[in-house]
Amino acid sequence: MKAKWFVTVLAVALAGMLAVGCGEKKEEKKAEAPKQEAPAAAKKLVLGVAGAQSGDLASYGLPSVNAAKLVAKEWNAKGGVNGMMVEVLPMDDQCKPELATNAATKLVSEKVSLVIGHICSGATKAALPIYKDAKVVVMSPSATSTELTQSGSYPNFFRTISYDLIQGNAAANFATGVLKVKKIAVIHDKGDYGKGFAESGQKSIEEGKLAKVVMFEGITPGGVDYSAVIQKIKASGADCVLFGGYYPEASKIVVQMHKKGLKIAFITDDGVKDDTFIKLAGVDAEGVYATGPQILADNEVFKKAAAEHEKEFGSAPGSFFAQGYAAAQTLLNAVAKAGSTDYDKVVAALRSEYVETPVGKIKFDAKGDAEGVSFSVYQVKDGKYVLVK
Amino acid sequence: MEYFLQLFLGGLSRGSVYALIALGYTMVYGIIELINFAHGEIYMIGAFMGLIVAGVLTSLGWPALSILAIALIVAVLYSAAYGYTVEKIAYKPLRSAPRLAPLISAIGMSILLQNYIMLTQTPDFLPFPRLIPELAFMDRFSNYLGTSDMFIIVTSLVVMIALTLFIKFTRMGKAMRATAQNRKMAMLVGVNVDQVISVTFIIGSSLAAVGGVLIGAHVGQINFAIGFLAGIKAFTAAVLGGIGSIPGAMLGGLVLGWTESFATGYISSDYEDVFAFLLLVVILIFRPAGLLGKQRAQKV
Repeated sequence: MKAKWFVTVLAVALAGMLAVGCGEKKEEKKAEAPKQEAPAAAKKLVLGVAGAQSGDLASYGLPSVNAAKLVAKEWNAKGGVNGMMVEVLPMDDQCKPELATNAATKLVSEKVSLVIGHICSGATKAALPIYKDAKVVVMSPSATSTELTQSGSYPNFFRTISYDLIQGNAAANFATGVLKVKKIAVIHDKGDYGKGFAESGQKSIEEGKLAKVVMFEGITPGGVDYSAVIQKIKASGADCVLFGGYYPEASKIVVQMHKKGLKIAFITDDGVKDDTFIKLAGVDAEGVYATGPQILADNEVFKKAAAEHEKEFGSAPGSFFAQGYAAAQTLLNAVAKAGSTDYDKVVAALRSEYVETPVGKIKFDAKGDAEGVSFSVYQVKDGKYVLVK
Repeated sequence: MEYFLQLFLGGLSRGSVYALIALGYTMVYGIIELINFAHGEIYMIGAFMGLIVAGVLTSLGWPALSILAIALIVAVLYSAAYGYTVEKIAYKPLRSAPRLAPLISAIGMSILLQNYIMLTQTPDFLPFPRLIPELAFMDRFSNYLGTSDMFIIVTSLVVMIALTLFIKFTRMGKAMRATAQNRKMAMLVGVNVDQVISVTFIIGSSLAAVGGVLIGAHVGQINFAIGFLAGIKAFTAAVLGGIGSIPGAMLGGLVLGWTESFATGYISSDYEDVFAFLLLVVILIFRPAGLLGKQRAQKV
């Protein structure tokens, strides 16, 4: 009797979930239906925005959607791009490669010719071949994997952020040049991003000859305890740790280092330059250095865009907002200059036309990297990341 | 020598974390031969409940140790209710089904609970307050072992001993052993098997909640996915020690912790997991039932 009661409850609950699920799907379809017709009418220019828009990395992807909406609004107020109204079409990939290929296929099948995205390097790498075959121009605000542009395999790919090689160099130069440390322990989380950062940092330190790399090791992400690796750093006599990875591991390592009485400089990357890191590590976050994309505080375009965001969405813009804004600006500007969405003309315009953006006045080099965009070093002070001058 | 000692104690603390979760795992397996994949999720739910209670009490200005005590009690009650319900919904209807069916059901329950917490709470990492105060006399040893490490080691030991005594000497313990040996026979001699299994799940889930709160306070952060990773390590520890054996879970956890710690310290942390699982394979080749497991004919 009891069992039956439970089964009934479960059945009702499941049925409820199904009903909710169906309802959502229907709504989604309704919302998409007019967009599908849009390219056929040729009066609209659809700007795809792909990236993490749900899941645990959503905070990295949603600001780009807002940025694209703001830029689209600005163009539409002026009568659109070449008379075409700009429409933003967000596509979620949760930063997962398998979902990224789905998102790319969907965008391609809807005949979108411009895409801002994706957010994470792994997802971008998975989606790029699909865009390349369909001749879609892709511009990421945040994928920093070196090979995406430097390998030369993706002529359709651009980005408004600098890449890991440069970031690793920036961190290494800061350690040896500004902090003047002599022995550096390089640690990473074995992922594409963290290891890439750590390797370029290591290479830069070894070539600079100002300091020595005393250890280079990967840790297992998600672990409960990193005391063994911390004891090893201690035994190596390092006076600085260079860490490549994301904030969950970085916060655990910093907290446990301090618990074990190891208080040496901790330099890390953009994946840690997030307020969640400070929340997780608490007081132990104080003094941690992280490299992050350069944002010129006195950049007029950025100030204006941030104020617009405040007005439209009622909050301060999040991570990669400036880069997403720049991506939308340069893409739409290229279409306007090219006079059409023709792939070759748009690519040529991206490479030749300078645009004033929140990340500076930029155009793109032959490989797709924005010229003049770089990394700065930030430090946690009183619970906030501030620029180190 | 000092370096060795540091690694040894680091491994001890890490191993106790694994052991604390593995104890509940192995107990459920010992009684009903079900690998309860949802155990990690119950652990995670316990940690979330602990965080909620700790958050409320901290804002009321209670002292740390009493917050810890209340958080533990509430988390235990809440998780026990979850464990009880999960068993009734997902495992009980499948009790006479082939052994694979409840296993799949357990995996499904694990995914369901994980996503439920992700959707209703948050997908982000949350900071867990450091509920375990640094005791003054531990200061001298802080280089080797923190207060929270000490707490976890002692808790796992106490839990292990208490569980062993409970199963050996109490009436309910006897009923549990009878159920483990032969469910039908136990039923015939008047053991209320349903009740025994419910109690098993309640105890297992309570242990998971204790682990969730203590480990959350030790590590300092939680999110909805911690149960999955913890579950894998705890499962490994339980298998290593001999699944079903309670002292085995403790030993398995410690051996796993030491292997990882020494592999990191003397070789490279890149190979931490490689050595841990290599050891598992080697031990299972020579002792298929684990270090302290009973060698017996398999029911297939």
